[in-house]
Amino acid sequence: MQNKSTARRAARQGFMFSVFKFAAFINIAALLSVCFFLVWNGLPALSWEFLTEPPRNSMTEGGILPCIIGTFFLSLGALGVSFPLGVASAVYLHEYAGHSAFARYIRLGVNNLAGVPSIVFGLFGMSFFVISCGFGISLLSGVLTLAVLTLPVIISTAEEALRQVPGVLRESSFALGATQSQTVARVVLPAALPGMLTGAILGLSRASGETAAIMFTATVFFSKKSVDSIFSPVMALPNHVYVLATSGTEIEKTLSLQYGTALVLLGLVLGMNIIAIIARDRLQRRQGF
Amino acid sequence: MFRSTTGSIRRLTPSRRIGTGWIASSLSMLSSYVRCFATTTEAKAGVQTIKEILMNIGFARKETGIRRILAGIAGCSLLFLALIMLFVFMEGLPIFAELSAKDFFFGMYWRPTSEPPEFGIFPLIVGSVAITLVSSLIAIPLGVMTAIWLTEIAPSSVRRICKPFIELLAALPSVVVGFFAMVVMAPFLQEYFDLDTGLNLFNAGVMLAFMSVPTICSVAEDSLYAVPASLREASLALGASRWETTVRVVVPAAFSGIGTACMLGMSRSIGETMVVLMAAGGAGILPTSLFDPIRPIPAAIAAEMAEAPFRGEHYHALFATAMVLFVFTLAFNTIAQRITEKSRQALD
Repeated sequence: MQNKSTARRAARQGFMFSVFKFAAFINIAALLSVCFFLVWNGLPALSWEFLTEPPRNSMTEGGILPCIIGTFFLSLGALGVSFPLGVASAVYLHEYAGHSAFARYIRLGVNNLAGVPSIVFGLFGMSFFVISCGFGISLLSGVLTLAVLTLPVIISTAEEALRQVPGVLRESSFALGATQSQTVARVVLPAALPGMLTGAILGLSRASGETAAIMFTATVFFSKKSVDSIFSPVMALPNHVYVLATSGTEIEKTLSLQYGTALVLLGLVLGMNIIAIIARDRLQRRQGF
Repeated sequence: MFRSTTGSIRRLTPSRRIGTGWIASSLSMLSSYVRCFATTTEAKAGVQTIKEILMNIGFARKETGIRRILAGIAGCSLLFLALIMLFVFMEGLPIFAELSAKDFFFGMYWRPTSEPPEFGIFPLIVGSVAITLVSSLIAIPLGVMTAIWLTEIAPSSVRRICKPFIELLAALPSVVVGFFAMVVMAPFLQEYFDLDTGLNLFNAGVMLAFMSVPTICSVAEDSLYAVPASLREASLALGASRWETTVRVVVPAAFSGIGTACMLGMSRSIGETMVVLMAAGGAGILPTSLFDPIRPIPAAIAAEMAEAPFRGEHYHALFATAMVLFVFTLAFNTIAQRITEKSRQALD
């Protein structure tokens, strides 16, 4: 009797465990199938010309160079604004503010900012940067909108990096007579920097894959000239995929271009994430977790 | 003498109230300075002390300044959130001068370009709610089960390999997922289910589910990790199997964290734009089946904003729908944070 019930319990455990395992593998299968279809159909479209030439013949031929340049400027620019702001905020939250009421409100703000839908960021960017500030549909408006959008990512990863710095380092620095700002600048920040840079890569990948936020703030369907000032509109990879896939005159004809552009975007974003994951892994091993 | 000076620097640093701290320290310094002047042999040391006092004041001022600058920068996030609310509401509210709130929220027809235009967002709200429900029905079980498998069941070597895949799933750009839904999923659905269009509620719902699984999974995972090992050990020691321990002990202990995870996942689904724009079909009608095309709020905004005349009725109406979307996501996030806070209080 006892044996039978034990066997039944073991069988149920084995069954449930395999159901859970199946659930986990569905996710991995979903990721791999997206990658597989894009690589399978997109790889033939890739060529040196595709990456280094502008679109031709009302975007039915040619390459995607302006989109690559646009995405490059947009995401790096956004990071250039949000990284200093985010790191300073994280330093304040973790090293200075503790559990004060002001810090609690800031955390609330950061959490809610992280939850704002990207299309709302886009509308905000349009009404604030494009219209009220008078920047127009331009690289600058896009950069600032994306900077606000990536700020929560940067803050939370930077705070996590600061949390990993052992308290002993801070206390030793204080004991040597260093002030708080000296401790932060010369002891804590250098120790937390690798972790923060990992967060920066994640922010960069988020910014380069973002579509809705720059739809009304920075991008145009087609621009002939290259980016010559921060006030000129740009093309970007994600928006190029969207435009080609939905509003071209000959959608069927450009299918290989669409696959190619989507594959380049996917490779760019996943590549950055893989770098970040590997960097984090090494870092954790070095810190002995 | 020197010892007292360094002592006051030391006291300045860890005390977080530097603003008043430097006054107190320089006062104590002054009194010691007066005392030391009583004997002429220590006059030189006294001059040294004055220098130290001035240096201390300098340090303290600098510290306060830096602290204030950092606080100001940290306040930027709050400022941005406030600006987003301000601008979205400022551009959205004027629509209510044109039509009543009842017509706007419960109007059955969204026909912004017909003559006269109708701005009833009820079908859009229903579309958003429907797609959030469909995607949550798939994503919540999948995400929570994945989190449980990763934390409780999988051996750590397997977990180390599988975890990055979930993180990469989170990193997929939404436009790529939308593109996949259009060119791969839609033809597939159309063929195998014999539908008029493959771009529908089901297609977009499934795609959104896979986009919110990583959010649900990682938050739920954190809460499962936070369950103390002693609970598991106690349960196993009583003879419960690993499965029984997981279901009856670990999951109930992490229940609030899992609730937070679900809320954040739903917030992600309702706000996601590109997937619903590309894969949901875009018909502003009330869905009657799982395979009807719909037009959720983000899709309507993204598709129409470029054509809406600046500060016209349509423009204001779109901002007002963005207002509704903002309130939805704010509500989900606030509930999520409430759950977290409550459980933290309970743990304390």
